[in-house]
Amino acid sequence: MPHDHHHHDHDHDHDAHALLPSDPALRVKALETLLVDKGYVDPAAMDAILDFYQNKVGPQIGARVVARAWTDPAFKAALLADASATLAAEGLLGRQGEHVVAVENTPEVHNVVVCTLCSCYPWPLLGIPPTWYKSDAYRARVVREPRRVLAEFGLDLPEGQAVRVWDSTAEIRYLVIPMRPEGSEGLDAEALTRWVTRNSMIGTGLAERPA
Amino acid sequence: MTDPHAVTRFDEPWHAQLFALTVALSEAGLFPWTDWTEAFGATLARHGLTRALDGGADYYAAWLEALEGLLAARGLAAPDQVAALRDAWEAAYLATPHGQPVRLDLADRPGH
Repeated sequence: MPHDHHHHDHDHDHDAHALLPSDPALRVKALETLLVDKGYVDPAAMDAILDFYQNKVGPQIGARVVARAWTDPAFKAALLADASATLAAEGLLGRQGEHVVAVENTPEVHNVVVCTLCSCYPWPLLGIPPTWYKSDAYRARVVREPRRVLAEFGLDLPEGQAVRVWDSTAEIRYLVIPMRPEGSEGLDAEALTRWVTRNSMIGTGLAERPA
Repeated sequence: MTDPHAVTRFDEPWHAQLFALTVALSEAGLFPWTDWTEAFGATLARHGLTRALDGGADYYAAWLEALEGLLAARGLAAPDQVAALRDAWEAAYLATPHGQPVRLDLADRPGH
């Protein structure tokens, strides 16, 4: 191995090599190298995807949709009738062309979303899912014992309110429209956006006064 | 003031790279996203038989295994080529002085 000859003030680490990545990290690099080399994938496209999901989308997008639904009855009606078309008109539909269905919470029904297959999620509206959404504990249990799982999220629903669990797929993603909380009367859509938490749009929380 | 809209970050750079690679391949038309979720779901189910997955590191381990399997099955990335490149990257890291960018010379790549 050729050594760096400018080592006069680096004698303590002149044998140190670059930090070796983990085995899975090396396997990802190998896949990327091969697929780029074959022309199957463009590094610029990967960068654009990462920029989109790390910097452009997140729960604030979904929160704006919900806040508008609370304040604009025509928009809400359109969203509940055909969320995909309504969101497409706003430029908020997914890159995979999946359908989005909006489900509205009412005093009678509380909706909660899961993906029992893997982790399908309305990325363009909520960003990358939180770790718990991808865990077996959530994916398997929320279907079997939704009330108990919701109680673990601090959500104790009234006896009379039914719980409906929606299982996402690659083709259909769900957005929960939480109930507009008491105390938010008179606020405009922009102010209301802060009341719409990420979990309230998955159904594991309620919209609430900003902390 | 807590942010009600905190964005979920990737825990490791390779999680992000793997995510972007998979989405880019599907967007480039190499496989439909439904094929990906089926393959990934099957791998998650298999891994989940022996332990409860926490949705963190084990989730991306399953993701990587599923993508390797899908690409191998479609003839897009042969496992022996991937393994050789993985070892070539490891060798490149071990041969690169700390602080310098690690590069894989095209000439070193298997098949070249």
